[in-house]
Amino acid sequence: MANNKLLRIENLVLHFKTLNGTVQAVDGVHFDLDSNRAVVVLGESGCGKSSLAKAILRLLPRNTGSYSGHIYLDGKDIMTLGDEEFRQNIRWAAISMVPQAAMNALNPVMKVGEQVAEPAVIHLGVSKIEAIALVQKMFQHVGVPADFINRYPFELSGGMRQRVAIAMALVTSPSLIILDEPTSALDVLTQANIFNVLKRLKKELGISFVLITHDIATSSELADDVAVMYAGQIVEMSDARHFFETPLHPYSQKLMSSVPRLHSDKEPDFIVGRPPSLINPPKGCRFAERCPARFEKCSEEPPVFEQDGRKVKCWLYA
Amino acid sequence: METLKGFFRDLQYYPSAIAGLIMIAILVIVSIYAVITIPYDRAIEMWRGGEDVWAENPQFAPPAWMNWFSSKKQPLSFVIDSNSSDMVKTVVPQDENSSIITTTYNFDFSYDEAPQEMILYFTAKYQSKPPFVSVIWLTPDGRKITIGKFGLSPKLTYRFSQDQKLQAQFEGDAIKGLFTDFNTNQTLKGKYQLILTGTTFEKNSDMDAKFVFHGKLFGWAGTDHARRDLMLPLLWGTPIALAFGLFASLATLLLTLIISTMGAWYGGWIDELIQRITDINLVIPFLPILIMVATFFSHSIWVILGTTVILSIFTGSIKQYRAQLLQLKESMYIEAARAYGASDSRIIFQYLIPRMIPLLVPLMVSSVPTFVFLEASLAILGLGDPVLPTWGKIINDAESNGALYKGYYYWIMEPATLLMMTGLGFAMLGFALDRVFNPRLRDM
Repeated sequence: MANNKLLRIENLVLHFKTLNGTVQAVDGVHFDLDSNRAVVVLGESGCGKSSLAKAILRLLPRNTGSYSGHIYLDGKDIMTLGDEEFRQNIRWAAISMVPQAAMNALNPVMKVGEQVAEPAVIHLGVSKIEAIALVQKMFQHVGVPADFINRYPFELSGGMRQRVAIAMALVTSPSLIILDEPTSALDVLTQANIFNVLKRLKKELGISFVLITHDIATSSELADDVAVMYAGQIVEMSDARHFFETPLHPYSQKLMSSVPRLHSDKEPDFIVGRPPSLINPPKGCRFAERCPARFEKCSEEPPVFEQDGRKVKCWLYA
Repeated sequence: METLKGFFRDLQYYPSAIAGLIMIAILVIVSIYAVITIPYDRAIEMWRGGEDVWAENPQFAPPAWMNWFSSKKQPLSFVIDSNSSDMVKTVVPQDENSSIITTTYNFDFSYDEAPQEMILYFTAKYQSKPPFVSVIWLTPDGRKITIGKFGLSPKLTYRFSQDQKLQAQFEGDAIKGLFTDFNTNQTLKGKYQLILTGTTFEKNSDMDAKFVFHGKLFGWAGTDHARRDLMLPLLWGTPIALAFGLFASLATLLLTLIISTMGAWYGGWIDELIQRITDINLVIPFLPILIMVATFFSHSIWVILGTTVILSIFTGSIKQYRAQLLQLKESMYIEAARAYGASDSRIIFQYLIPRMIPLLVPLMVSSVPTFVFLEASLAILGLGDPVLPTWGKIINDAESNGALYKGYYYWIMEPATLLMMTGLGFAMLGFALDRVFNPRLRDM
């Protein structure tokens, strides 16, 4: 069914229950990813990007409403696994994650070496000493000096902590790493540095990435594919080169034109209005309200249309 | 090691911590001394022993150092035994069978009051004819008073105050009479002599006597109604109080921490159950339950300790820790740990609980006295372990013998001082630790 694909997600749904109603954070997401490729998930804040990452790793909060769909990893549906089996065989063993605000993701009372060794101790069944040796290797990969092993997180700069978090994701040599806004709190030089590290890792270790970000410019460095998310759904899925040249979906076009450009008199564009509430999303196309190209058809839910191997969820491409 | 050094370096900026540490150190040294010098079995035996063990001590005697604060010197207690150098024993053979044994006890008496009591414990060795003894009292001004002449039995106790002839001679108070200069009506100071002249009527017959002088003061701690040296319960009360306090506070805190962490982490019905148990336990009065258990079930210190710990687990602190932990468990690094597949027990014991330790160490130290006082309170109410010599038991005895009413202040003040020292020492250390562990408090 999902041959050759490293990751294939079908109709993934993750809803949260709140006092005001059900938040449809991830609502019927499809996408797939080949091995040794990087997909960038783009979108505004609050469109469900981080929830998508959590849904893939089954890191569900207590107020989870419905959680369904299929996630195939190497052709095997990991949604059918029990929680304990999932914890042991999937988390970090197959898919690891660099969490959002990775700088705070390190235990403040643990030396970073021990912290990075933790996943190895848990999943590889190695002793702490062996794990520390592994950590040294990982630190080399991500460019952290070896003597940082005995430091505490507060003794590290933001960029270094970010690298440590990436090393932690690498230590069990997973086939897929989910990066949730890995560079959002860093200065541009450090950002560039981190992306160079990621690119090198992709080349050297053949790892696939799901990179969640709203930083279009920097992410273009790493992207093979681009998925654009809007209001809990993926509205466009395309290969990176074509996407950055000619985005198809009106939302993607608006998103691209909002990136400021050097030597251009054109003011960065913005989209009028706010993204719809995920508690009560509009019927039909969810972007219709703000769409400049809106027409009658848009009050109906658009299916996914294919154009030159690119997928887009918009009536314009019917 | 480095961190420990740093920790002590931090502590020395707080004089209260130093004072607290010194007090605790003194208590610990006293405990070690008590446990080493008086083995447990021996301590219990002595504490439970009656007149036979403590006969040599006066009753209700304040400690000897009371004389330092008074111009009127009160007599101290002493015992002159057969092998003492203050005693001279001569044996003069008369004929084939009989001999005369003279025993002389010399002692200096330079006090302003007569002693409580004087006793002679005779032991005699004979086949069928008991020895005969005459007791003579020589005062410093040269008067010679014949106290009595009587035949001995193998063991005979002669109490000066009970002698009716003496009572008649001195108009009631025999002991006071023996020490009074009737010209001035003052207590006569100087060298006193007690001469026992015994006549034996058999070959190998012999007699000995131990002279016990019950002064009005005794030892470093004084004695109680049962003539027991209070030093014993004061010394042994220290390790018992410290052990009870430390164990109870440690056990309570650890169990509370583990239970509240499990509740906060798993949530759902586990959390709900823990919270409801706590709510119920908070309304149940603590001391009455403990008194009930002690009254109906057992006085044993282990039962009391166990009940204390169980009742102390589900208290306000479980809610306090839960509030902290609920915040902690939402932090990024816990979510990260969940993401990399750390098991629940790993998160609870290696990630959550270590973050709580800085909060708990000061709390633990300052809650030790609470439990020490609790144990003492129960003992004062007569619900303490009846076997163990504890501080609370001393106060209980003092109270039931009307110590304050009769003016035996030392009897209550001594254990009370130790209790206060325990409370103060741990409290002062606890406050300082709180500042070391929670730097935000330093400015306050």
